[in-house]
Amino acid sequence: MRIGRMGRIAAHALLLGMVAMASRPAHAIPAFARKYGLPCSACHEAWPKLNNFGQTFKDGGYQLNNDRDAPIYQNPSYWPIAMRITPNWHLEGNSRVTTDAVPGDPESGQVQSTINTHGFDLSGIDILTGGTLAKNISFLLVPSIEADTGTVSFESAWVRLDNLLQSPWLNFKFGKFELDVPISEKRILTLSTNGGFYQLYHFLPPGDVTPTSMGDNQLGIELLGHSPDDHTRYALSLLSSTDGELGLPGGRSYDGYIHVSHAFDLPSLGLQRVGAYGYVGQAPTFFLTTGGVPIPGSGRGNRSFYRAGAYVNFYAGSFDFTGIYQHASDNAFLANAQAADQTLPNGAQSPVWNTGTIEAHYTYSPQLVFIGRYELVRISRQALATTPGDFGNLDAVTVGYRYYPFMHSRAGLAWHQEVSSVRSKLTSDTGQDQRSTSVFMGFDFAF
Amino acid sequence: MKTGPNTLFLFTVMIATLTSGRAAAQNAGSGSGYPGPKDGLTDQEHRGQGLYRRYCVGCHGARGDGNGENAPYLDPKPRDFTQATFKCRSTPTGSLPLDSDLYDTISRGIHASGMPSWNPLTPEQRHELIAYIKTFSPRFREEQPGAPLPIPPEPPTSAESAKRGAELFQSMNCWSCHGKDGRGHGPSAMTLTDSKGYPITPFDLTSGTRFKCGASDRELFRDLMTGLDGTPMPSFADALKPDQIWDLVHYIQTIREGSKSASVENRTERKGN
Repeated sequence: MRIGRMGRIAAHALLLGMVAMASRPAHAIPAFARKYGLPCSACHEAWPKLNNFGQTFKDGGYQLNNDRDAPIYQNPSYWPIAMRITPNWHLEGNSRVTTDAVPGDPESGQVQSTINTHGFDLSGIDILTGGTLAKNISFLLVPSIEADTGTVSFESAWVRLDNLLQSPWLNFKFGKFELDVPISEKRILTLSTNGGFYQLYHFLPPGDVTPTSMGDNQLGIELLGHSPDDHTRYALSLLSSTDGELGLPGGRSYDGYIHVSHAFDLPSLGLQRVGAYGYVGQAPTFFLTTGGVPIPGSGRGNRSFYRAGAYVNFYAGSFDFTGIYQHASDNAFLANAQAADQTLPNGAQSPVWNTGTIEAHYTYSPQLVFIGRYELVRISRQALATTPGDFGNLDAVTVGYRYYPFMHSRAGLAWHQEVSSVRSKLTSDTGQDQRSTSVFMGFDFAF
Repeated sequence: MKTGPNTLFLFTVMIATLTSGRAAAQNAGSGSGYPGPKDGLTDQEHRGQGLYRRYCVGCHGARGDGNGENAPYLDPKPRDFTQATFKCRSTPTGSLPLDSDLYDTISRGIHASGMPSWNPLTPEQRHELIAYIKTFSPRFREEQPGAPLPIPPEPPTSAESAKRGAELFQSMNCWSCHGKDGRGHGPSAMTLTDSKGYPITPFDLTSGTRFKCGASDRELFRDLMTGLDGTPMPSFADALKPDQIWDLVHYIQTIREGSKSASVENRTERKGN
């Protein structure tokens, strides 16, 4: 079996990408708790994961609709701001990494090594501001500071017009926002390098350069709505094909996203939800250049991709379970990093893959939640016909728990422990499986 | 991957994780009280206790006395369940509410207060909450709720009815609290307190928003019949005849809709249509 060097580099890049994504911020906004005097547990099953009351509050435009939503009713000293950070200790282990036999001597030959790194660290800082500008006009602004570089980015920045025509079915959002995905990555309960994101949203076959992820916040507009009891929900989004990057780096293409779901109450079990979603988009495969240098925003040769899935969210008392199936495909040019005005390599084809995600929580109390997740990715058609069928397949397992020593409306603190492991098939330079393991523990706090 | 020191290390960390988790679970069980010892509660009450501690304790307090950690910052103050005195009822003043009254209040929320609608909770959960809330006062064990006050059919809305209601608004001294124009600025407004001695503001009938216990004519009729226990708002069940209360309802709705530029005439026209 021979895997091209580019394929191996891409696989490593994928792993590095996972590392980068693991620092992705999540939302839990004590500013809302302070505004309404509700404990964290009122809106969160275990923060930052929303329960049905919190989801209804969010869908209502961060409003309880009790005539106390507009800022004019707040004490003038109230400022809707909160921060979140996680000091932590973590271990990262990566197996079968190609290393020089003698460090510093590239002529000494190469061996396969397991590299373990561990130590104390910080997550990035989220500055969470959100609420209402006026009755039925809500907003969210989340500057995020990277812990290592101090770089500030805008995780979210949007304004929403709520209850248009006095109907909860009509709401309009404009800006940068999280898509209404079936399981929120911004509210994920796991934080480690391997477990702090969903493969579902980020996986790409080795070599694929499609610049999008449903898990990333996107720039665009969204029409969304829900039934008065929030049991039936929908969201329609029109997005710039930039994966949320500012400054129109891509070109002139747009993506579309749709999500519909319905919940029903099963006596003695709770609220169950089923839903389906789809994402279609385009991305440029090359850019106009000047002096050989690509001109930002001049993307050409757009090619398409799609994601489509269905899910069930099942509650049984303190136990809840989410199962998601997703089918995905990218155009052969994107998957082979080939400009559309060039010829595809022999055997190039559009890759197709399927993702299964199972996440379960046992909420012992609002102060303690156990988390388990298994994700698998199976590529049913490789980007190159000569690539082994299981190359790049993933199995990811994450287990952990979060313990919240107190529960009130001013701040939140969680002691977090987690172990996560991802096995990728045949991706080492010697064509063997690789395993990446994370152990994470730390204090996750927001105030 | 061969079993080596790294694997053993990871295994040790996982064991430590699970052990710590179990310890934390034990701590949470005794520390948070959810789930905690049953304390003689029924299963339904026990489940309600868990829900209460998740959703309600911040305002109403662990003892149900309305002294939650956020109570100092709320106006009006949270209900004191130990008194078993509730504003929104279908039963006569001074009597206990029906479970359906409490269910409606939890579902609807109390408008213009810190109490939101808890409609996102399942009906079963709301009933469990009611069961637990009733354990805070011995009255629920010792007394039966009063019989719901009947609400006769509403007569047609008319300018004459609203005019009679306006006269009753004056003669029954509603204006002394709610003000002659219904804005809640009557001469007594600044002196009012609730049953616990906290200052309380009369409702601004012109605000155009929902009333505390519902916005429909029937709900307003019911409020005038039952009074809002725990507040200075009395029951008019003994002082007025049902037709007179309907007249008052029509007048109050006229004031309310007046804020939305609706006159008695066009309100009548809309009803007629």
